Amino acid sequence: MGCASRLPAWVELALLPALNLAIAALIAGLVVVLIGEDPLEAVGLLVYGAFGYGEAIGYTLFYTTNFLFTGLAVALAFHAGHFNIGGEGQAYLGGLGATLVALHWGQLPSPISIPLAVAGAALFGGAWAFVPGWLYARRGSHVVITTIMMNFVAAALMTYLVVNVLIKPGQQIPETDIFAPTVWVPPLAPLSASLGLDLGRAPVNHSLFLALVCCLAFWAFVWRSRFGYELRVVGKSEAAAIYAGIAPGRVTIVAMTLSGALAGLLAVNEILGSQHRLVLGFTGGYGFVGIAVALMGRNHPVGIVLAALLFGALYQGGSELAFDMPEISRDMVVVIQGLVILFAGALEHLFRAPLENLVSRLQVAR
Amino acid sequence: MIRVLGAVVLALTAAVSTAAAQKFQPAVIFDMGGKFDKSFNEAAYNGAERFKKETGIDYLEFEVTQEAQREQAMQRMARRGADIIVVLGFQNGTPLQKVAAEYPNSKFTIIDAVVDLPNVQSVIFKEHEGSFLVGMAAALVSKTGKVGFVGGMDIPLIRNFAFGYEQGIKYVNPKAELFVNMTGTTPAAWNDPAKGAELAISQFDRGADVVYAAAGGTGIGVLQAAKDKGKFSIGVDSNQNYLHPGSVLTSMLKRVDVAVYNAFKDARAGTWKPGRLDLGLAEDGVGYALDEHNRSVLTPDIVAKLEAARADIIAGRLVVKDYYSTQK
Amino acid sequence: MAAPAIELRGISKRFGPVVANDRVDLVVEAGTIHGIVGENGAGKSTLMNILYGYHRADAGAIRIDGVPTRIARPIDAIRAGIGMVHQHFMLVATFTVLENLLLGAEGGPLLAAGAARLRAELARIGREHGLDVDPDARVGDLPVGLQQRVEILKALCRGARVLILDEPTGVLTPQEADELFRILAALRAQGRTVLLVTHKLREIMAVTDRVSVMRGGRMVAHRRTAETSREELAELMVGRKIQLRPDKRPVRPGRPVLTVRDLEVADDRGVRRVKGVSFEVRAGEIVGIAGVAGNGQSELLEAIAGIRSADRGEILIAGRPVRGASNARPRGVGHVPEDRLRMGLVGHLPASENAILGYHRRRDYVAHGLLRRGRIVDTCAGWLERYDIRPRAPLMPALAFSGGNQQKLVVARELEHDPELILAGQPTRGVDIGAIEFIHGRLLAMRDAGKAVLLVSVELDEILALSDRVLVMFDGRIVGELAAEEADERRIGLLMAGIAAEAA
Repeated sequence: MGCASRLPAWVELALLPALNLAIAALIAGLVVVLIGEDPLEAVGLLVYGAFGYGEAIGYTLFYTTNFLFTGLAVALAFHAGHFNIGGEGQAYLGGLGATLVALHWGQLPSPISIPLAVAGAALFGGAWAFVPGWLYARRGSHVVITTIMMNFVAAALMTYLVVNVLIKPGQQIPETDIFAPTVWVPPLAPLSASLGLDLGRAPVNHSLFLALVCCLAFWAFVWRSRFGYELRVVGKSEAAAIYAGIAPGRVTIVAMTLSGALAGLLAVNEILGSQHRLVLGFTGGYGFVGIAVALMGRNHPVGIVLAALLFGALYQGGSELAFDMPEISRDMVVVIQGLVILFAGALEHLFRAPLENLVSRLQVAR
Repeated sequence: MIRVLGAVVLALTAAVSTAAAQKFQPAVIFDMGGKFDKSFNEAAYNGAERFKKETGIDYLEFEVTQEAQREQAMQRMARRGADIIVVLGFQNGTPLQKVAAEYPNSKFTIIDAVVDLPNVQSVIFKEHEGSFLVGMAAALVSKTGKVGFVGGMDIPLIRNFAFGYEQGIKYVNPKAELFVNMTGTTPAAWNDPAKGAELAISQFDRGADVVYAAAGGTGIGVLQAAKDKGKFSIGVDSNQNYLHPGSVLTSMLKRVDVAVYNAFKDARAGTWKPGRLDLGLAEDGVGYALDEHNRSVLTPDIVAKLEAARADIIAGRLVVKDYYSTQK
Repeated sequence: MAAPAIELRGISKRFGPVVANDRVDLVVEAGTIHGIVGENGAGKSTLMNILYGYHRADAGAIRIDGVPTRIARPIDAIRAGIGMVHQHFMLVATFTVLENLLLGAEGGPLLAAGAARLRAELARIGREHGLDVDPDARVGDLPVGLQQRVEILKALCRGARVLILDEPTGVLTPQEADELFRILAALRAQGRTVLLVTHKLREIMAVTDRVSVMRGGRMVAHRRTAETSREELAELMVGRKIQLRPDKRPVRPGRPVLTVRDLEVADDRGVRRVKGVSFEVRAGEIVGIAGVAGNGQSELLEAIAGIRSADRGEILIAGRPVRGASNARPRGVGHVPEDRLRMGLVGHLPASENAILGYHRRRDYVAHGLLRRGRIVDTCAGWLERYDIRPRAPLMPALAFSGGNQQKLVVARELEHDPELILAGQPTRGVDIGAIEFIHGRLLAMRDAGKAVLLVSVELDEILALSDRVLVMFDGRIVGELAAEEADERRIGLLMAGIAAEAA
């Protein structure tokens, strides 16, 4: 069983991911060579595009914020033994919650309107995930199936609402009116400028701090709280939970709801922090990439922070790459991202066995 | 690594600055569908390519994949000193409002949305007018008196297509029956030919014998289904008559390619002007396609009726309403 | 004299720093049943896996029928005439018996020819060895004993002359085990050789011709079974004197702690498994429930523990009814579940977190909704010390402990939270002799301290060694009650088989 690793911590946490990344980079480089571009130049552009100047860093951190929320959402459900594939739909509904608050109470002073809108996002995202949780607890419906179905329902519902109900009257663009500026989550640029970093026009905003607080809360909740303990027991063994007098159904419902609330918070970054209006499809696949982020981050907040940063850099650096090397289309960028997911997420055990052998041999030699 | 990086950046800025110093630099930003969507974005791509071929001037391009990239891309182009930046798609309207204000010295042309700023040219197509004519054509060839419409994603733009189409049908045959189906509620609806075929077949089964596909790549499936079932279809955006000669009745042309080409050309010539451009039948911005592939089915008799209606519309004797005005 | 069927010389194998086999020699004569005993972790399984080609030995030589043979993969072993029956069956539950046997022996792209050939082969082997199985039955529908028989048939169909059985009786009822031994004897009569790996001395004594003892990765002794005894073998296995039957002080029962009246319980599929059971357990006594597995004991135990709801009847703890597991524990019910890996432990969680499973709501462990981690780890570390659970690593995942140490952890948790009633389900299943001795000692100590103990076990030895009173369950009913003095293997065995309740 893979639980009792025979590897030292630094190999487990640093060398193994680095090796996987290196292989992903190598193969991606080969693909770049195949289409006739210089891979070193591509890597240079990618890294420069992600971290090379203030605005790039700002965009990277903006995407990172999105991945933090969806990654944590997937990880939380995972600890309860469920695969929440519905982050996309829950984030979408979170956008609805944030928007309803913003449109109705957006002009209230920021200290009131922003927390209200954040709560709205969490509430709606949570409610959307409550349904699969409840269906599982009561009817045993598989969460993978129900959450993915709920994504479609969310898309249909949101399109209907935006096109018919919430649309700014008399215009053809399916989006709501711009929110009152009081409910905008303030950008980080002024703060960072005072620290000497010019983030330019990057949309990164104070949601980043909210996401980091969520990471901390996630850790305390899962590993230090009584409920987190029950959640992990349910996730690892339902029979043991019943034996211990824990009701798996109740725990599942709560875990799914919290997971959905985390996903819903994506809207705080995207809608309240950047778009300042509700647009169709603002979730942009972040909910799905959150699965890869959680997998890569081993469902631990520290890992999720690193993985989210990596994906944020890939998104931002990748778009710069597509911009400067037209031969590398956006689909190529997706291929490169896919390779990273493949090697760092799905094939994470590729090097485990050889490394374990090597380490044990070294120990014996000593 | 740092050295490589520095060299790359240096080389790039050098390349960009010399290019900017030497010649005219156009740019185009495609929407989420991507430049090979067989429809709207591809039409724009064709217009840009035509300009490139005729003048030998290369253009900057970017395909948007995330909402946050819209502003970023416009701004990048502006910073690189692009002389004209063509932005495609209504979802870019609000972001452009912001960016154009911040770069008052850059010129922008946006297609399918209106941005009221002194450095923005807004190109709006009267899809309802073109759809009116193909609606007439559909009603004229229909033997069952039942016609269909397969839309892509259910958004106001597509409803405007359907709205004009319906008016054209009723203009010919007030008792005609229209089936409207939208493919979906996500952007995937623009590229789902299988679903398109399914919807078309279900409309044929209900008695329709002409189906109009306003659904991007999804329309390919609609056209194929009509061919297989021996019915008529109507293409959209580009001229799709050649796909199934004799089965594609006609195509509703939306000359995005011309709009992009003109924006590039006028900017180069110095004749580019900001403001709103409404391209309808009168401006040849929309229309129907007639070529060797559909001359056999779109008979001179039908063409004569379409041309008469066209003239009436241009002259203002016949008014085609747009969907948006009904929503106020 | 003919060459031995199997000859291993100087086999060594290490896994990282762990030496699993250290210069092991083994000679198995053809046509014998040869036992290999040893505690968990003594290296028996590693040795068998080397012989079957799952592991490569770091050093040493293998001879089959006197011929030096290189076994790098299982296919080499199969070609050399070696078959293996695993502790956990390698069968596809949704396939029929025949389809399972066909796996790896299809003999071409079309199955029909191979299937016909195999069907004939199966009939022949069945006649020769008395191994009857319906070839068209779905494996998942067969009882465990028959599934094992399919595994044996699989090996025989592939031409095995040497059969390795790894802990074959762990999942069997005593009757099924006896049936297995009859089959093994028949195989021996046909001239085949059997290697029986186990830690149960009763089986060694009952069926083997010779026995080899392993301890700490080494082969420590070879004996003719007829010339040794359980006591000697136990001592060789553990390396010190072992008391197979604990001393018991006289029983002094007090007030009733558990009262069960007219209890009826159904299993997960809704089949009634407990059919009107009534009894009492008093403070200071151990009541043993004997019975062949599957006669309702598990459901009875789970109902009392509050994890399975009763359809009818009453369960009173100290005179008051219980509702649910979360209610039973605070009322002083400690429960050592029958299946520790499925229920008693959460394998991937550390020992410390397993040490509070079910007691995690206690004030000792939680303050303001947060776990008091320091205290939990300290508590667990204390138990590891007192119960001699190795390694002393409270943060190590429970799965990484050996079976005996896992069980001691469960026992520690359930006995150390000051229970009034202890429900002990198969408390020593899959546990080695040293741990059995220890757990039995702890249960007796609880009884002597005035606690009530309800023991459910399919091991008659265990029932007889510990119980003050024995209840025998058959088909969901209690068919007999015997005091410790009148209980013996024969009387209980008859009752367990459902024969002559009145005769007992």
